[in-house]
Amino acid sequence: MADQEKETNGKKGLAVLVDEVREGTKVLKEKAKEELGNLKKPEKTPLYKSMFRVKHDDSERSRALSVLTNVFFHLHPAKVNRDAVRYNYTWGMGGITFYLFIVLTFTGVLLMFYYHPTKGQAYRDIVYLMNDVPFGRLLRNMHRWAAHLMVIAVWLHMFRVFLTGSYKKPREFNWCVGVVLLVFTLLLSFTGYLLPDDQLGFWAVTVGTNMARATPLLGHEGPFGPQLGMTPYNDVRFALLGGSIVDANALLRAYIWHCLAIPIIVSLLLGVHFWRVRKDGGISGPAPVQLESEIKPIRKI
Amino acid sequence: MGGIDWRQIWDIVSAPDNVPIVALLFFVPFYTWYAFRQARANDQLIAQLESDPQLAKTAYRKTYPWKPGWLKEIHTWPYLMRMELLVAIIVTVILTVWSLTLNAPLEELSNPNLTMNPAKAPWYFLGLQEMLVYFDPWIAGVVMPTLIIVGLMVIPYIDENPLGSGYYTLKQRKWAIITFCFGFMVLWLTMVFIGTFIRGPGWMWFWPGQTWDPGRVVFEPNRDLPDLFGITSMVGKSVFGAIVMAIYFAAAGFGFHKLITRKGFNRKIYERMSLVQYAILQVFLIMMLLLPIKILIRHLFRIKYIWITPWFNV
Repeated sequence: MADQEKETNGKKGLAVLVDEVREGTKVLKEKAKEELGNLKKPEKTPLYKSMFRVKHDDSERSRALSVLTNVFFHLHPAKVNRDAVRYNYTWGMGGITFYLFIVLTFTGVLLMFYYHPTKGQAYRDIVYLMNDVPFGRLLRNMHRWAAHLMVIAVWLHMFRVFLTGSYKKPREFNWCVGVVLLVFTLLLSFTGYLLPDDQLGFWAVTVGTNMARATPLLGHEGPFGPQLGMTPYNDVRFALLGGSIVDANALLRAYIWHCLAIPIIVSLLLGVHFWRVRKDGGISGPAPVQLESEIKPIRKI
Repeated sequence: MGGIDWRQIWDIVSAPDNVPIVALLFFVPFYTWYAFRQARANDQLIAQLESDPQLAKTAYRKTYPWKPGWLKEIHTWPYLMRMELLVAIIVTVILTVWSLTLNAPLEELSNPNLTMNPAKAPWYFLGLQEMLVYFDPWIAGVVMPTLIIVGLMVIPYIDENPLGSGYYTLKQRKWAIITFCFGFMVLWLTMVFIGTFIRGPGWMWFWPGQTWDPGRVVFEPNRDLPDLFGITSMVGKSVFGAIVMAIYFAAAGFGFHKLITRKGFNRKIYERMSLVQYAILQVFLIMMLLLPIKILIRHLFRIKYIWITPWFNV
């Protein structure tokens, strides 16, 4: 009797359990279905919402906010002059310069993994990089050609800015920041020239730094240099090279200037340059033409 | 002579590090043409507006097509940023193809005992290296770069012409544009080209097609300006040179002054300038003109120095 009762109770209990489980799975299934359905709309997930705080639809507000709320985009204004996006006005040279700077930073960091700034090892590293490292040759080529392109892009950017009169009020100061950036671009390229430690770089840097000997007052071959006590061992060239010839110290100095000091300075100045573009009223044009008859008399201070 | 050495030409043009300079030979003329085409269109519009004051009040003053009712501003996203993305992609493609097809040069291990002939600075400094032919290193290597940097920075503060801000034009800024183009193209880029394509072993002048013969000997005795006048004592040379330089500064300054104040519009701009602005403008113009003059008297009369002192020579 007892056994039978137990059995029926058990059977009953099992059936109930199965039903419960079945109910449970149904609910779970519904829930899973719903959540999987939500995955088709990632913008509905909390993860996405936490990263991007605004809707990305075609409304005016969303378009403006997508620029303003993104740290990488926010140097842009939300809106620009309708003709300012034309290629024929800016030639895109400033943007290309900045893009090349990013490319150079990226390839440069990768190159640093394979490079020791020591005499003897440096040259072997380059040979190793070119012959044994996967894509090493491509990496080095990209770094060098991007550097050349950057110099060209900077020159053309400056040429364009001059021809459109974009240095005029209120952008005078930003032009000066740009000139400093031009100098640092050339110095970046120049310090990188020595790093492979081959004949080309060695003699180019020797020719370049030999000019520092002749610095007036501060060089041992410059006007009034010897009179001020300048020798090959204490003049400005010595400070640049860390020695009286281009050797191990010069290599290390070039490396540190090239990979650390100048990139940091350039990054800061780029920030200032872009910031000032915005603060000085955006890019200069294309502006409506002004007529000679409209020149206002100059205000005396 | 022996005809044109095509192999030599190809060796120079195809050297991997010379590719940027060959590229510049294409880029600079292209963008100059591109800019001046727009400048001409704007100048025509300006002439039209100047002659028709009524139109100047109503017209949309750009050469770009525009219809009433069009928005003046557009959203950065997507209209500007898609352009930026496109440009980035194009640059990446060009750079990748370039890097796949052309290897960065790597010479032998550096050797202080084996001088490269010619030993050339990186291509963007070849203009300064070329200046070493005409000037002592302290001028070519130190003073000149400083003057270029300072001179560039000074431009916005001495250019008192309020016209031509934000659009291409030639007529409204003739003086500024001619000066800049002279500096950029003639004094900077041409010197870079000469340094790359013309200067061979021993930094000697080789015409395109001439073989770069390291054994070539050129007999070019140089003389100094005081020698021509038979001045031999150091004091005489110093004083004589100082006088010649002073005369040059005065004459060049006077010439520039005449040029600047000759025409109506330039005169108007001149009157807007303060004394300091005008003095700075004059100093930079005079120094800039000294370059081609020194190059010319060197090539025409073989004169090396104008001014000789015990401490420095100019």
